[in-house]
Amino acid sequence: MSFDITEFRAQFPILGSEVNGCRLRYLDNASTTFMPTAVLASMVEFENSSRANVSRAGHSLASKATDAYEQARSSVARYLNIENAEEVIFTPGTTAAINLLAYSFGSTFQPGDEVVVSLAEHHSNFVPWQLLRDRRGVHLKTIPLLADGCLDLETLDSLVTDRCKLIAVTHASNVTGAITDVDHVVAAARRVGAQVLLDGAQAAAHGPVDLPALGVDYYAFSGHKCFGPTGIGVLWGRQSLMGELPPFMGGGGMVERVTLEGNHYAQGAGCFEAGTPPIAQAVSLGAALEWLLALPWKEIRAHERRLTRKMLHSLQTIPGLRIIGPCTEEGRLPLFSFDIDGMHPHDICHILDQQGIALRGGHHCAQPLMDAFDLMATSRASLSIFNDEADIDALAEGLKQVIEVLS
Amino acid sequence: MSENIYQQGIKVLAAAEHGAGHVENADATVTQDNPLCGDRVTLELKLQNGRITALSHNVRGCLLCRAAASAIGEVAVGLLVADVEAVQMEVAAMLKGEALPDWPVRWQSLSLFKPVQAHKSRHNCVLLPFKALIAACSQRH
Repeated sequence: MSFDITEFRAQFPILGSEVNGCRLRYLDNASTTFMPTAVLASMVEFENSSRANVSRAGHSLASKATDAYEQARSSVARYLNIENAEEVIFTPGTTAAINLLAYSFGSTFQPGDEVVVSLAEHHSNFVPWQLLRDRRGVHLKTIPLLADGCLDLETLDSLVTDRCKLIAVTHASNVTGAITDVDHVVAAARRVGAQVLLDGAQAAAHGPVDLPALGVDYYAFSGHKCFGPTGIGVLWGRQSLMGELPPFMGGGGMVERVTLEGNHYAQGAGCFEAGTPPIAQAVSLGAALEWLLALPWKEIRAHERRLTRKMLHSLQTIPGLRIIGPCTEEGRLPLFSFDIDGMHPHDICHILDQQGIALRGGHHCAQPLMDAFDLMATSRASLSIFNDEADIDALAEGLKQVIEVLS
Repeated sequence: MSENIYQQGIKVLAAAEHGAGHVENADATVTQDNPLCGDRVTLELKLQNGRITALSHNVRGCLLCRAAASAIGEVAVGLLVADVEAVQMEVAAMLKGEALPDWPVRWQSLSLFKPVQAHKSRHNCVLLPFKALIAACSQRH
């Protein structure tokens, strides 16, 4: 399959819309990206033909809904290159997935046990571990950052002790775009028998994930950054580990039998999916991942590299602009945070918005990282597969306008 | 349009940084954050008999936030806490679209923020220093 960007963009009708009288240039994909028409259609089709609760009633429609829901679980497994779909737990998103693990796995921790995170973490992979620290007396350690925003993994030798139970780090930073050297992290964890969680919220949107190759124990990501709907995400965990963990939330669906004396809990993912799940969202996430799996990734990666090269060059020609993250084409996602001397990201992004260019200005829910760089906020342009060179040209022109207005 | 928001008067007001700095032996110190964008205002003041006798602020925020803090720093000393509360409510009302109040001359610079009305996501940029001021006055009370 070849990759024609014009044809590809046609799958996203919203890209043809206008914002503030200008053509939309959407560069906030790291927050949320759009759903292609095929995924939208899958959601409508499910609701029109198969809407019922899952894993409960025996009527035909319920069976159809359950089949669609479980098929989505299989699609997630294919996307993550894992054999056992039972290891896929649907959650409302990455945040919920990490909280689930922090409560369930965390409940087995003893005072003095250690969790290692990094300064580059999104609050979703920081605050749950702080809460665990406060609940259980766990020590929370942080991997510092290098000047380019990459994790300083050389510090793992001293940070990771035999009290370490878990290293929980981002697969790729939502601020710097830097991709973590996962091999290094896994090796450090294995030396002391610790486990590894990757926050895949950003990385999973940029192509199928090969979990066996990564060698981690848990992986979390969200649907709405992967061309699926909001309100759905995934926690994957090795069955040998998750099968030993206590449930997080109690309710219908996660039990086999409830008595006054005690309960028998469901096996596998079902143990962690209490209540009616977000069924249509899960089915649509499955459709989004199947859609992603069918894309020509060799061509798309070349397209993303071209855009990365152009964006880095374009930003570096802006006077006073500093990129917060690696200035290399390799080892990064196509998302770019930057700071312009004397200009606040909120002002920058407001003026760009007036030109139809959507960027995020703020701390990106990564305030420990902001503190490390002595910043309150950055402006961030984050690209998706559907972005093209014209989007980057529009941003460059927009930034000239910003400088004119704010100077 | 952004040109209206970023008019020269706002830029001049922000650049003037009226009240920026530090008050020795402040009676109240308050830090307020805007969770949307991470802007932070730290405000210190001294009060005597319900009247502000000294005020300073430290702002790490956008142009609108810095301009609003500067507007406060320009006129707050000498005001009663009740005056401050009234002005804060009037500014909030103006941002919601109500007509400009009949401000005394020394508060006239607040009318520069009227174009922000059209940009709801920026209202808190203007209001954050006022919220810090009210919180500081309450702390002292």
